[in-house]
Amino acid sequence: MSKKPNKKNDESKRDFLLVSTYAMAGIGAASFVWPLIDQMNPAADTLALASTEIDLSSLEEGQAITVKWRGKPVFVRHRTPGEIRDAREASMDDMRDPEKDSDRVTNEKYIVLVGVCTHLGCVPLGQKSGDVKGQYGGWFCPCHGSHYDHSGRIRKGPAPTNLAVPSYEFLSDTLIKIG
Amino acid sequence: MSKAKFKNPVVKWIDHRLPIFSFMDHELNHYPTPKNLNYFWNFGSLAGIALVTMIITGIVLSMNYTAHVDYAFDSVERIMRDVNHGWLIRYIHMNGASFFFIVVYIHIFRGLYYGSYKAPRELLWILGVLILLLMMATAFMGYVLPWGQMSFWGATVITNLFSAIPLVGESIVTWLWGGFSVDNSTLNRFFSLHFVLPFVIVGVVILHLVALHRFGSNNPIGIDVKGTQDTLPFNPYYTIKDLFGLGVFLTIFAAAVFFFPNFMGHPDNYIEANPMVTPAHIVPEWYFLPFYAILRAIPDKLGGVLFMFGSIAVLFVIPWLDRSSVRSSQFRPIFKIFFWILLADCVLLGYLGAMPAEGIYVILSRIATAYYFFHFLILFPLLPYIEKTKPLPISISEPVLSGSSPASAFAFREKK
Repeated sequence: MSKKPNKKNDESKRDFLLVSTYAMAGIGAASFVWPLIDQMNPAADTLALASTEIDLSSLEEGQAITVKWRGKPVFVRHRTPGEIRDAREASMDDMRDPEKDSDRVTNEKYIVLVGVCTHLGCVPLGQKSGDVKGQYGGWFCPCHGSHYDHSGRIRKGPAPTNLAVPSYEFLSDTLIKIG
Repeated sequence: MSKAKFKNPVVKWIDHRLPIFSFMDHELNHYPTPKNLNYFWNFGSLAGIALVTMIITGIVLSMNYTAHVDYAFDSVERIMRDVNHGWLIRYIHMNGASFFFIVVYIHIFRGLYYGSYKAPRELLWILGVLILLLMMATAFMGYVLPWGQMSFWGATVITNLFSAIPLVGESIVTWLWGGFSVDNSTLNRFFSLHFVLPFVIVGVVILHLVALHRFGSNNPIGIDVKGTQDTLPFNPYYTIKDLFGLGVFLTIFAAAVFFFPNFMGHPDNYIEANPMVTPAHIVPEWYFLPFYAILRAIPDKLGGVLFMFGSIAVLFVIPWLDRSSVRSSQFRPIFKIFFWILLADCVLLGYLGAMPAEGIYVILSRIATAYYFFHFLILFPLLPYIEKTKPLPISISEPVLSGSSPASAFAFREKK
């Protein structure tokens, strides 16, 4: 007690012990909290959801079908030559998320899209013949007014990006597998 | 702790060991309350009663509800048709949410009009805004539980708000959902949180009351209580006034429950959730419409989300934005005019939130949103430099004794 330097030494040693104790307690608490937070992420069975196969042989030109994949709608549209031309020749200068139509399709006749508006997740209209299709003839989201073209690209409205293209492959000319 | 004398020996025995009766006597019986409170001061206790009503009916409903995507909708219909008095309990709970918000919004605007957020009641106000936020989260998750079309698509749109956050947005949304869309995991966790959050609200309400009782209620003329001549004991004066107000409130509430139970709801929510089809026109419950209008007014996704959350965040800092030392609008002639403009602006935003996002509605939404933020961020700090406030009365007793008008109170003082 009488020797000042020693006391100082003791204090810094004590500080070190305190700080390291707090740090260990912090790490311990965090490692316990993580499982509690992570349990809210998709479970193994949700992640393991099977891929979906779609038969396109009965899909006529100008028709569209909606299939369910991972709880979400997937749009498949058999485009007419006019629609393909529109999608190819559209000027990309005024697009919010410029992308070539050829980069968004495997076979230009069929456009495959996740049917979820990239704004706030509504399902856009345009799959049925009587639906409102928006100014660019593709899809129109009724919730907040986003207009998509024949390639599912955002052309007008609040959505920030184009309709997503899921990963898919052609198993044959008329059979595709999504996921 | 208190000088309270209890005659009953059992009460005396308990109170000596656990001073719960002294506490209640102090806080609910003798509690000195400004004697000039008007009926707008009823809405705090009404909100408390609404909260208790929601908790009681909610617990009973949960005994008959099944939180699973395949059964939720049917279990709610079973409550409506087969469970004894189920229709009554559910209609009370459903309309109770709306009435809870009506009461709380009046309570908030009362605070804005009479400057109840000013020193030393800043924390009281902040706790109140926190309660509002918790109420919104609870109400939103509760609306998902019946698993109708509006439940599902409301949940989808609101959880997707978080996808606007750069970089981590998509992961956060997946985490909130527990999957790749709103699904069974989402429903389960919303049920769990909808059950527990009301008890968190009760906890914050208790803090709100502790903060309130530290300095007591504000009052219509907004000046501090100077002594016992300015106050009345809470019981019986305000217990009876609160009870009378409660009677009026329950009459209107009962009219809604029995005669217009679906007036504030949306018919699409009686269609079971369908993840493949979005209803043509999605609107949130009416109490979210002003915020929804702000969200849609901004043409950018992240911007809209930031402005919407900002419209509530700004409420937290109001005590420091308003730099005037005069509390009540009665003595702030310009502030008073702008108060009514703000109220009209919020009602307009509510109307616009229910309209489709196109044409004139978008333009009006932008003007109304701009005004909302102008009011708090520019008008509040700058007005004190321009406005000439009216002279304040000397004490609460004077205007009360000499008639209700503060001007006559002032004249009274002059005469003396």
